[in-house]
Amino acid sequence: MAKKQTLKNDDINEKKRLELYNTQYLIRFAEQRAYDLFLENLVKGTSHLSLGQEAIASGFANAMQKNDKSFCTYRGHAHTLARGASVVGVLGELMQRDCGLMRGKGGSMHLTDTSKGVMGSYAIIGAHLPMAVGSAWRAQYLGHDDVATVFFGDGTTNIGAFHEALNYAVVYKLPVVFVCENNNYMEYTPIESITAVKNPAADRASAYGLESIIIDGNNADEVYRTAQKAYAKARAGEGPSLIECKTYRLSGHSRADPGSYRPKGELEHWKKNNDPITRYRERLIEFGIKQNVIDDIENNVKELVDQATEEAKNSPVPPEDILTTNVYANGGWAWRN
Amino acid sequence: MAQLTYREAVAAAIAQEMERDETVAFIGEDVAKAGGVFKATVGLFDKFGPKRVIDTPISEQAILGAAMGAAMTGMRPIAEIMFSDFLAVCWDFVANEMSKSRYMSDGQLKCPLVVRTGNGGGSRFGAQHSQSIENWAMAIPGIKVVAPSTPADVKGLLAASIRDNDPVIFFEHKSLYAIKGEVPDGEHVDTLGTAKVVREGKDATIIALALMVPRAVAAADKLMQEHGIDVEVVDLRTLVPLDMKTISKSVSKTGRLFTVEENPRLCGWGAEIVSIVVDELFWDLDGPAVRITTPHIPLPAADNLEDIAIPSVDRIYNKILDVLK
Repeated sequence: MAKKQTLKNDDINEKKRLELYNTQYLIRFAEQRAYDLFLENLVKGTSHLSLGQEAIASGFANAMQKNDKSFCTYRGHAHTLARGASVVGVLGELMQRDCGLMRGKGGSMHLTDTSKGVMGSYAIIGAHLPMAVGSAWRAQYLGHDDVATVFFGDGTTNIGAFHEALNYAVVYKLPVVFVCENNNYMEYTPIESITAVKNPAADRASAYGLESIIIDGNNADEVYRTAQKAYAKARAGEGPSLIECKTYRLSGHSRADPGSYRPKGELEHWKKNNDPITRYRERLIEFGIKQNVIDDIENNVKELVDQATEEAKNSPVPPEDILTTNVYANGGWAWRN
Repeated sequence: MAQLTYREAVAAAIAQEMERDETVAFIGEDVAKAGGVFKATVGLFDKFGPKRVIDTPISEQAILGAAMGAAMTGMRPIAEIMFSDFLAVCWDFVANEMSKSRYMSDGQLKCPLVVRTGNGGGSRFGAQHSQSIENWAMAIPGIKVVAPSTPADVKGLLAASIRDNDPVIFFEHKSLYAIKGEVPDGEHVDTLGTAKVVREGKDATIIALALMVPRAVAAADKLMQEHGIDVEVVDLRTLVPLDMKTISKSVSKTGRLFTVEENPRLCGWGAEIVSIVVDELFWDLDGPAVRITTPHIPLPAADNLEDIAIPSVDRIYNKILDVLK
């Protein structure tokens, strides 16, 4: 086999490519750690991993400005980490410890770090789409230059709030980017079998006067370039975009799901041929990036996640006196005098 | 003091707060150019323009979600849900989102917004446009619940709701929009969580809300005129926060408690108040605490039927007379 020619740097420079890889690898490693901690019975409740979907979170987050806002679903660890939230804060929240981002009051499905622009993760399908629209309305109203990005799964395209939010955003030309992560399955059911159109988000775009955009969600470069375009459009006052990213979930829907509904060989096929991490690692090498640079990124991530794991394990559970704090804006919960 | 209608007081409160605070904006169906289907927001669009007073599509989830996203990131939006019955199609935002985001994020997320809605019966609209649902809202931790009975309270409590840092569901009673009353001149801001004794008395206490307040007062006047029974009437004004001090003080004085509720019977707000009073003031009571409510039925459209469903002056009068005799 002939040796591949080294590619020249293109519009995405080497520094950005390494960041794109770093973010993907961090998500991969932290999500795997979350799964291991679940097996150790240290992650309580439920959790929904983004294994296999890392390129989407990385591509968008790396194209964002600091003041941009992210709205996530219950499958939100990846997007929260991608914005730079502390790993100990994320793992600590999954383990429901005092060091968690929300001190154990939200849990895995509600990761929030407003200091990084992560305006919450929501566990009622579709609810956060109108919220992202509202954030975009505020930006337009107050003359701010931030864009709201809302991430959601393929199943969300069949709930009313999706359609209400898209229509609303287009009518008022709001700076919001709708990102559908189509991982083929609505929980346990193949999305194609319960959706009137083949591409659940993109085929609906025309109903709202939007361009139909379908991209390879397992190619971080493609995601990054698409995100850049959508953000430029939004910041120029040209309104929302709807982007359907084709991807595949390499883990079950939630921690309780072994994924037995998948046809035989499908998971193995995606793992072998279309794992975004493997693909991007190969791409870095095509661009002439040395193996030791890649190794350094991976080792640093491992060290970071190991340290965070230890810190979270050593963190106490939340103190009982926070049970009734932050129900109302005065910090308390009093409903009567 | 100016004479304003209840509906004019709505617009007056919004105008007062919009003039004061650039981050206050108002969205809803037919609220801008048409001034609202109840004409409660007439003049706002002309005064503040399309940037701040916005007609939306019939998309109740988008309306509340947009208000919430804007509130989370620095605005103080007011969202109208035309009929309170329609809150059922966007109840997720009330029950799961705006009420819980602060707690779930341990205080990182804020949500200073007001949801205004036309509540209550008496308009012969039938079962899907007539309900009193303030008790639904009362059952959810994390939101505040207001339901005024006079134009002055509309202005003062709506202004207070807009300034409040928590999400407030503001129930305007459809059958009160036309009433007139004195409203203080100049800036008027009231305090949430304060009930008001609107008629002093010594023999019994009626706790009422919204449309039930004027009916309770009329029943009390009749009881005084015809039987010399001196009934105190407390207008709750807000369900959350609940002003138990004012309720307790009145019940301790009179020894008798009646609640008058427009909600259907089960789990109406009066049940909670009776439960607290029985728990905390049992030995101050001289007789059973009595709830006067709409029966546990959907509301009918026919005027004669709706009139016998919702507590009337005569029903309140007769019930109290029966119990006290």
